[in-house]
Amino acid sequence: MPAASEMRPEPLIFETGQPGRANTYFRDGAPLDEFLPETALRAGLPLPDNSELDVVRHFTRLSQRTFSIDTGFYPLGSCTMKYNPRINEAMAAQPGFRDLHPFAPDALAQGALQVMYELERSLSAIFGMAQFSLNPAAGAHAELAALLIAKAYFRKRDEGRERTTVIVPDTAHGTNPASAAMVGYKVVSLKSYARGRVGIDELKAALGPDTAVCMMTNPNTLGLFEDHILELTEAVHAAGGLMYYDGANANALMGNSRPGDMGFDLMHLNLHKTFSIPHGGGGAGAGPVGVSARLIEFLPVPVVTRDDAGAFHLEFDRPDSIGSMRSFWSNFSHIVRALTYVYANGGEGLTRISQLAVLNANYVRAQVKSFLDTPYDETCRHEFVASAQELKRETGVRALDIAKALLDRGYHAPTIYFPLLVPECLMIEPTETESKETLDAFVASLREIVETAKSDPQKILDAPVNTIVGRIDETRAARQPDLRWEPAKV
Amino acid sequence: MYAPHTDADIAAMLATVGVSSLEELVRVPDAVALKTPLEIPPALPELELGRKIAAYAARNSGATEYASFLGAGSYRHYCPPVVMSLAMRGEFLTAYTPYQAEVSQGYLQVIYEWQTYICMLTGLDLANASVYDGATALAEGAIMALNATGRHALLVSSAVHPNYRAVLKTYARGLELDVDELPLASDGTTDLSTLEARLADKRYAAVVLQSPNFFGCIDVPSPSARAAIEATGTVPIAVVAEALSLAALAPPGEWGAQIAVGEAQSFGNPLAYGGPYVGFVATTKEHMRRIPGRLVGRSVDNRGNLAYTLTLQAREQHIRREKATSNICTNQAHCALVATIYLAALGGTGLRSVAALNVERANTLMKRVTAIAGFSRAFASPIFNEAAVRVPASTTAARVLAGLQERKILGGVDLGRWYEPLADCILMNATELTTPADIDALCAALTAIAKEHDVAGRV
Repeated sequence: MPAASEMRPEPLIFETGQPGRANTYFRDGAPLDEFLPETALRAGLPLPDNSELDVVRHFTRLSQRTFSIDTGFYPLGSCTMKYNPRINEAMAAQPGFRDLHPFAPDALAQGALQVMYELERSLSAIFGMAQFSLNPAAGAHAELAALLIAKAYFRKRDEGRERTTVIVPDTAHGTNPASAAMVGYKVVSLKSYARGRVGIDELKAALGPDTAVCMMTNPNTLGLFEDHILELTEAVHAAGGLMYYDGANANALMGNSRPGDMGFDLMHLNLHKTFSIPHGGGGAGAGPVGVSARLIEFLPVPVVTRDDAGAFHLEFDRPDSIGSMRSFWSNFSHIVRALTYVYANGGEGLTRISQLAVLNANYVRAQVKSFLDTPYDETCRHEFVASAQELKRETGVRALDIAKALLDRGYHAPTIYFPLLVPECLMIEPTETESKETLDAFVASLREIVETAKSDPQKILDAPVNTIVGRIDETRAARQPDLRWEPAKV
Repeated sequence: MYAPHTDADIAAMLATVGVSSLEELVRVPDAVALKTPLEIPPALPELELGRKIAAYAARNSGATEYASFLGAGSYRHYCPPVVMSLAMRGEFLTAYTPYQAEVSQGYLQVIYEWQTYICMLTGLDLANASVYDGATALAEGAIMALNATGRHALLVSSAVHPNYRAVLKTYARGLELDVDELPLASDGTTDLSTLEARLADKRYAAVVLQSPNFFGCIDVPSPSARAAIEATGTVPIAVVAEALSLAALAPPGEWGAQIAVGEAQSFGNPLAYGGPYVGFVATTKEHMRRIPGRLVGRSVDNRGNLAYTLTLQAREQHIRREKATSNICTNQAHCALVATIYLAALGGTGLRSVAALNVERANTLMKRVTAIAGFSRAFASPIFNEAAVRVPASTTAARVLAGLQERKILGGVDLGRWYEPLADCILMNATELTTPADIDALCAALTAIAKEHDVAGRV
């Protein structure tokens, strides 16, 4: 395989293939017009016919032009890019799971329902919630579900008209305000105070009779534990509001502290982060939504229940439920993967995982701070932020340039320019599955990049040079959108 | 545990950090510290773990031991082995969203190809990188129409998949909008006779129609209905719950839909008890900046090469926060990848032949079932791969399905679950996987059941 920068562009699947080169997977059906009126039929179907070997080579080459956990270290903050154990894939692919139709009667799907039930119970135990619904399809989808739950709760208490505000700290994920807007809530942004945490006085000033929900994540996106969390949740409860926990950072917490015990009423999890489900290039994910006891009745349906005889059921008949969030019951294959992961590790293993995730982050932080500014210089949790602000002032090299230089050195870039409150931010989350050797090599690369920025900044500003393409003209992509292939006009 | 740390590593790393133990490192204020071990069973080594989870899989006889005529938004189809063998490559499986375009050209190109396939199939100008599934695609499409028109109500055919309508209602409670329904005509299509009158006050942002509809019937608006939709500035939204139908039927863009939304599970993705599946949203150029979720575009790099990148991100939540077109962040990239490889392997020829096989099998199924005394088609309209069957008056759909289940047949979906007047109807599906032997067994069972229930009814 040639080096990435030497690879030739791969033609589009539409630019290859020939009529008459179709693979034979099926016998021909009777002509369509035997059963359907001519007016209902489509005139042509101009999809290319490629031989199976050409298809294999095409997608194999495309895979070789794709960075992944399997090919390299992926310190992408807030995304928890840990190893995806292959046993999970083998379990999800078993015919008993793979070929089960969502409308199969409960009695013929007991194994699947038990998987859902046991994962739900496990998540409730790990995070201290009363119950989860596995219905939402991803983290942002579960956020939406949680806010709909809050809305239904206040409506039932006859407070729906007054409570219209959602408080979101500036360390929150971008999905939080977007989800709030989708349920018609106004967003009040809360500035973090000096220690990178939500201040109790600032929070109290924002609270009022209009407060519906305060959305937080703990540890927050700076990787810091909100150590006054009980005071914060008590203040929100005193104002009659609900506390929402964004579980994107749950990998730091298992076996150590539980959102339920911190006073959170609602939470979501990204199973594709903490529970080792492959990200698949941006999905599918899975986003269970969990609640405290007073909100159980509002959970999205179905929820899985177990009757006295030990049989499992999909329960739809919940009059106060917000309804269902998606076509069918859950991203079930992912539920299988997550339960496999839980049982592979056990309670002690999950506890250890969170400890080691925190250790890895601190180990990198302790070394990075000798050559890059780390604005919050204290023990972090699963991730930390560094800032290239000072380096930029000295050399003109920005966080973006460091990110691109890391690509040249075989690493994925950290999350950059997030959270927004840290200028020239690099957010680094190593996860627990990386070895000391990998972390040492990464730190050495990062140090070398900073040193090069100081001695020969142009070298870093020109990065990446070892990748198949260089920096891309984003402005042109947005101004002259080319979003699909079209046949050349004759 | 999938963590590579030796005791020596941990000791050395703690020393670098300047902390004496892992416990000290992760310490939180006492009031929120968990003081008991997690109530999760002890860890299992992989061999035992595999046996344990396999035992759960074995208790889903519905997946493996029954002849199935279940469809209703989730379809059994043949997926050539080449599809999964490529899709499961670790580079695809374990990549994140392609934010760093320079090292994600492969996946970005796959999504660009997916967007192109969806445009070709729907007959529309552009498509996004996918959304969660068919139902959420509809909700997202509806939000586009609300934003385009500034109106706050939707008019939805009652022949749209009931689960999709339920999700629309869930979203509608958040967005505080009205969802009204169009009734069913006697032939199984949407009754559009009142459409012009209902649209007159220009209250509705969109009219939502599904074809083939939930009853399997081809259900596209007549030219006069289309004229009424257009004249009132209402956005026509087409729902496609069975994407394979697009290979045979006139595409939504052809009948004037401005937004097409739907479910592409049929393209290579397994049933998997309902997910993950893959929704698509396609639209015309005029709605380009309203489309939710990720979009991949083609541009050039600083070396003059063609290059792919995520684009038009100004619409998205991580930039616009509360002003975004949607809160969607994760899409269904890997399911869209599976679909793209499936479409590439089958090609136009293979896709057309499998679509034709579905039409043929479903029509054969209907011909055979309705030849049994007492069983009839509930609706006469032409179908793609499923149809509503009315059972004899002496029994009910639920009882017939129970009788079939005893004979190791999943006969379809009881329409009474959602439509009270159709409690004597079963929605039955056939695909290329349905064998003549399956149909023979079903017909023999139906004949026997009808006889039993008829006798029981007379007693």
